[in-house]
Amino acid sequence: MARPKSGQELPVMNTAAGGTAAARQPDGSNVFLTTRLEHVLDSARANSLWPFPFGTACCAIEFMSVVMSHYDLSRFGAEVVRFSPRQSDLLIVAGTVTDKMAPVMVRIYEQMAEPKYVISMGACACTGGFYRAYHVVQGIDEFIPVDIYVPGCPPTPEALLTGVVSLQEMIRRGETHYQRMAAAAKAGGVHGDA
Amino acid sequence: MATREALLETIRSLFPDGSGVAEDAGCDVLTVRSDRTALPHLAQRLKNDPSLDFDLLADVCGVDYPDRSERFEVVYHLASLTHGHRLRIRVPLREDDATLPSLIGVWKSADWFEREAFDMFGIIFDGHPNLRRILCHPSFRGHALRKDYDPGQRWLLREGEQYEPAWARDVREDDDHFETQILNLGPSHPATHGTLRVIARLDGEIITQAEVEIGYLHRCFEKMAESHTWNQVIPYTDRLNYCSPMINGVGYALAVERLLGVTAPPRAETIRLILSELSRIMDHIVCIGANLNDLGAMTPFLYMYEAREEIYSVLEACAGGRLTISYVRIGGLANDVPAGFEDAVRYLIGKVTRVVDDMERLITKNRIFRDRTEGIGVLSAVDAVNWGWTGPCLRASGVGYDVRKAHPYLGYETYDFQVPVATGGDTLARYLVRVEEIRQSLRLVDQGLARLAPGPIISDDHRVALPAKDKVYTEMESLIWHFKLIMDGMKVPAGEVYGFTEGANGELGFYIVSDGGGKPYRIKVRPPCFAIFQAYPEMLQGRMIADSVAILGSLNIIAGELDR
Repeated sequence: MARPKSGQELPVMNTAAGGTAAARQPDGSNVFLTTRLEHVLDSARANSLWPFPFGTACCAIEFMSVVMSHYDLSRFGAEVVRFSPRQSDLLIVAGTVTDKMAPVMVRIYEQMAEPKYVISMGACACTGGFYRAYHVVQGIDEFIPVDIYVPGCPPTPEALLTGVVSLQEMIRRGETHYQRMAAAAKAGGVHGDA
Repeated sequence: MATREALLETIRSLFPDGSGVAEDAGCDVLTVRSDRTALPHLAQRLKNDPSLDFDLLADVCGVDYPDRSERFEVVYHLASLTHGHRLRIRVPLREDDATLPSLIGVWKSADWFEREAFDMFGIIFDGHPNLRRILCHPSFRGHALRKDYDPGQRWLLREGEQYEPAWARDVREDDDHFETQILNLGPSHPATHGTLRVIARLDGEIITQAEVEIGYLHRCFEKMAESHTWNQVIPYTDRLNYCSPMINGVGYALAVERLLGVTAPPRAETIRLILSELSRIMDHIVCIGANLNDLGAMTPFLYMYEAREEIYSVLEACAGGRLTISYVRIGGLANDVPAGFEDAVRYLIGKVTRVVDDMERLITKNRIFRDRTEGIGVLSAVDAVNWGWTGPCLRASGVGYDVRKAHPYLGYETYDFQVPVATGGDTLARYLVRVEEIRQSLRLVDQGLARLAPGPIISDDHRVALPAKDKVYTEMESLIWHFKLIMDGMKVPAGEVYGFTEGANGELGFYIVSDGGGKPYRIKVRPPCFAIFQAYPEMLQGRMIADSVAILGSLNIIAGELDR
């Protein structure tokens, strides 16, 4: 935001959306808010994440703690837990994913509408954890892109809350996997989504 | 209870010509070696002879001994709930002819256990109606628990290769059926609380056929255990039933301690008991809360989770972790409980009592709840035992079998508590039994606190437990023990044991084989859920689709111990 001194020529800044915003203040000055539409949308998206809990194991029990009254995820604007991938934009993979489960996870990820983000909760989802064995996916990033890795076995509720807050910051900065792909597609002149 | 010798004599008399069975002496329970041709006759008589009456087939598993001429061994664990005696049957098999008759016609519970032995070892059970992989996915090659299977060898499952029952592919349209369709519930579904999958054929809202697919959380616990030292297995046991981790750890430690001939000091035993009972309460809270949540009653879950958080705080103060605490060690506990433990637990007793009272006032006489649960998912006592049920689900069907009373451990025989039994066998009965068990567990915790006397918390036997740090620095002997334990791990004498405790869902068994080395040769977990969940498709027949969720919640299936 810029508040120019009175008498000074008002700078005109073109925003990505192709316009400027100005508002006359009580003291006669003008306040400008120049931004890109994407920024406004990202800010809104960051504060209204709808998580899909892809809970498979122990981490799912800790996820329940996070949404319950004590830790209360809703304080951070992500409480609308949806069990339909088509209604959610944040996939929280909480627990071990096995080779048998991997196609299910991929399908759920693909069913989610864009923009979508992924939090990998716990050691198993991040790296396979201490299950270095014949039926366990050694990190879900073998199959789907991950934005935030939350370590722990299982992570404490505070750790997951930190993960959600970090994801919100990433979304505001435009650094999530989806946003980077969308930006690259735009820069490359490719139409359509990421 | 008949003595071992009398029991053996009765079993021998089943084969007048002297063939068929031979005793394996020196085991923890009566063990007989049987020929596979004699097995069906033996099984029939063991179950139907009134003096034997082995009504519960607790576990079936394979063991691989690559060095022996008869490479595989199938091990059956039987129990008689009426007489209280137990029996282990071993059937050795050659690798080139690893086939034996299925016992599914005698005990229904053999169904999944035999499939698992097939999946893990490639042992063929003749006459099994549905002998296909159960834990590993359909594209898996090889048999993972054979000793020559490389633990790191993975096989990819593609989208189109997922299991689909043959009957689900066949679209049957006849005049009687107003509308039939196939419904796939799970493996990612809010009401399955984990990774379970139910495939059902619906006629309108009535389920006419159902099948269950599991293994979506098969994370190779038993294979991993074979490459870790005895104490390193404890964190893995925590993740079996992750709603009540302490109970698993205690069950495992007790089994290994039996093999070692070591007992934990009294203070450790009492703390184990207190924390086990608190874990049981946590488990029942999640089960009841989630079940009610699925039925549309959100409030009790929110109320009860408060109590659960408080229990977490106590566990965290003791062990440092909230959920998977790894607090048990073989021979005792990792460390002593913190100062103020007694006060914190006393506070908990009051808190949990209040929460359960609140919940009962809201729910137990609630008309909607009653209509959704009364007479839903009924299983008779005979069927429940036949399916291998144990724990609260069995007690809700009218069989008062509780390992804590029938085969006491941790000194349960000296505590004053009751085993609640209901006769309905329905979803409501399972709810009522669990609620009462929470109250009984609180009584146990209260009595345990009164007995908590100062003392050591881990055995002073340096074959299993590290010596105290100050002694390591001052005594040569202790330094040597410390070094040996750290470098080699503890050595457990060769042998086998089936240790079983009362988990939150029923009889939690650990069948452990040691070859005398620093690592387990084979660990087979007998998860209570596994037997319970087998009966689920049969319970669904003819029920409404909405009932399937009510029944599933009341069975409390925990994927971690179901799939291991």
